[in-house]
Amino acid sequence: MTDLFSKFDPLIEMRANLLSTGVTDPFSLVMEKVLSPTVAVCNGRETILLGTYNYMGMTFDPDVIAAGKQALDDFGSGTTGSRCLNGTYAVHRDVEEALKDFYAMDHAMVFSTGYQANLGIISTVAGKGDYIILDIDSHASIWDGCKMGDAEVVPFKHNDIEAMEKRLKRVPEGAGILVILEGVYSMMGDIAPLKEMVAIAKKYGAMVLVDEAHSMGFIGPNGRGVAEDQGVLGEVDFVIGTFSKSVGTVGGFCVSNHPKFEILRLVCRPYVFTASLPPSVVATAATSIRKLMHGAEKRAHLWENSRTLHGGLKALGFQLGTDTPQSAIISVIMPDLERGAGMWEALLHEGLYVNLARPPATPAGMTLLRCSLCAAHSADQVQTIIGMFERAGKSVGII
Amino acid sequence: MDRVTIAATIASLIESFNKKGVPVTDASTFAGDLEFDSLTVMDFVAAIEDEFDIIISMNQQAEIENYGQLVDAVTKLVG
Repeated sequence: MTDLFSKFDPLIEMRANLLSTGVTDPFSLVMEKVLSPTVAVCNGRETILLGTYNYMGMTFDPDVIAAGKQALDDFGSGTTGSRCLNGTYAVHRDVEEALKDFYAMDHAMVFSTGYQANLGIISTVAGKGDYIILDIDSHASIWDGCKMGDAEVVPFKHNDIEAMEKRLKRVPEGAGILVILEGVYSMMGDIAPLKEMVAIAKKYGAMVLVDEAHSMGFIGPNGRGVAEDQGVLGEVDFVIGTFSKSVGTVGGFCVSNHPKFEILRLVCRPYVFTASLPPSVVATAATSIRKLMHGAEKRAHLWENSRTLHGGLKALGFQLGTDTPQSAIISVIMPDLERGAGMWEALLHEGLYVNLARPPATPAGMTLLRCSLCAAHSADQVQTIIGMFERAGKSVGII
Repeated sequence: MDRVTIAATIASLIESFNKKGVPVTDASTFAGDLEFDSLTVMDFVAAIEDEFDIIISMNQQAEIENYGQLVDAVTKLVG
């Protein structure tokens, strides 16, 4: 009998080799207590969190927590049903209204996770005979949405405007086209040239979907993302987002001005065939989204943090994913997985948590230490973080 | 364009990606014999697409495992 697990042997071996060096397993950290959006207790020690997607620090906002508690009291712990049947409560409608107001768009559809939002929208909108033109560094949920649908899938080199246009030009006459881009690419923390790319996509008659998961709340004049910042949000047909980053809970969504958008509620399988989010989750999301509309000061502080950390790490001699700070993600490129894991552990001993990212999540087979900043990190914390990087980097021999 | 001309063009394109100089026959597989990783595949496919001004979608790529199949697929796409 063939063991169906034999296909995982190379990964099992790689993991065993890494752990045999005595390094702490970077993929099984437990946070025993969470003290604030930026501090948790890990292995009995207070640790600064620099690897969450809690960009706007909303997780402990008193209004957000109060809304969740109230919804638990008013609606119970869960809906036990699909959005299409018994799973739409007043709070689910509230959060969709909040999204429509936040993005100034006509329609909003909330999914149980951001992953499902991409899976559902992409696989449903692009069907047999249609073409999906997408950036090769797209998130796993985008690729899985492509795989689940029946469209022809055509990737182009990351952020390469010319490569994108060449592919659009070759799509057979009359075929439907969906171009898929992201505002911020979460591995390197770089942004897309959406202004140019969206204009070209429109020139070839394509519909455009932009995943703004890592920009909501702090990029763009109203925090609507990179497309807003570059002045092309009006040309984007579908914006995909999530509640699990700036909003500070869990859930995914799509907002759109397409006049027929509402039909998706009946035909999109990852929306129909799963239970809706618990009322407490959507109530916290709605409150958080409405507060994010007035987050200009927090937004400015987050950018200040991003610039300070980027400049500090660059000055120490670390190799970074971008030349300039483009988002709240600062990616530090490690020479290999072993030293990356060593550096990750040294930082943890210093009292700092960052994300260790490795292939296949990363582009070009890189090992990255991903730092994601929060508007709730104080200027002092950022200086402390830079000091931790200096000591850890020297002890591991990376700088 | 006939299969022989197309095969010759692809043979010249493959050279810069065939780092170990593995002899290429119709039966040579990209993942196995030529040891192409996913990044190499992307660059190689882009080079062929640009040369022949065609699209080889991921769906079509999934059906192409060896050199002979690639030449057949391109011949069909060029028409």
